[in-house]
Amino acid sequence: MEEVKEQISHMPRIGEPAPAFEAVTTHGKLKLDDFKGSWLILFSHPADFTPVCTTEFIAFSEIYPELQKRGVELLGLSVDSVSSHIAWVRNVEEKTKVKIPFPIIADLNKEVSMAYGMIHPGQSKTETVRCVFIIDPNQIIRTILYYPLTTGRNMDEILRIIDALQTTDKNAVATPANWRPGDMVVVPPPNTQEMAEERLKQGYECTDWYLCKKKL
Amino acid sequence: MACISPDGKPTESGTKMLRALQAGSGSPEEIAKEAGLPLFRVRSGLRELNEAGLASQKGDRYELSPKGGEVLGA
Repeated sequence: MEEVKEQISHMPRIGEPAPAFEAVTTHGKLKLDDFKGSWLILFSHPADFTPVCTTEFIAFSEIYPELQKRGVELLGLSVDSVSSHIAWVRNVEEKTKVKIPFPIIADLNKEVSMAYGMIHPGQSKTETVRCVFIIDPNQIIRTILYYPLTTGRNMDEILRIIDALQTTDKNAVATPANWRPGDMVVVPPPNTQEMAEERLKQGYECTDWYLCKKKL
Repeated sequence: MACISPDGKPTESGTKMLRALQAGSGSPEEIAKEAGLPLFRVRSGLRELNEAGLASQKGDRYELSPKGGEVLGA
């Protein structure tokens, strides 16, 4: 328990390099480095053969083609054996006709779960909570989401975050609340008085000098 | 092992990668394109093929080894 507390105090943070790993997966032994150059969604689920996780895996598989269009790979994880993962994905395919196209880490020794702060003892001392780490092509953590064991994740939001991050990177802008592709984006706020005055003359849609939007 | 079966023979994806090497692809990116596999799978698979002696690494590029050629010809 003390060890769990100690390692959880070193949870990864947004803007920091994603912790390196080499792990056994349903697609062979994979290293974080293998995903360099692609966006990566590393996500954990509590356990194989459980109901909410099964709905999530089907949902992740359904958005997989959209993720691929955006240059994003998926990598699942739980503290289960690779045999359990294989049996579960085969069962999901047999029962629902949905093929799970992405690899799943068999993190039996909890090395990756601990490095990414995926075990929250208040929820479970043995299972990972529902984490989502969005890692960019330079392997920097760009988004972290944590969901409790009882709440399945929202795939629309995960896709929306990918779209927002890629839009930000491409255009040096921010995205407002509930932003969707095609909506106006937020122009970075000016950081000098002169820039603030100029901002209002630049043809943006401004509520005031600090909140200006534009179309892309 | 994703590219080599327990009996030592390459799997379907391993065979695709060996054929890509045979066709002249050398970098992981070229092999991924030629074999129609995700880049992460190719990077991981090349490590396995290299360890099994079916491919050889020269810097950032890979070549089909004589043993890999034999396996494809078998």
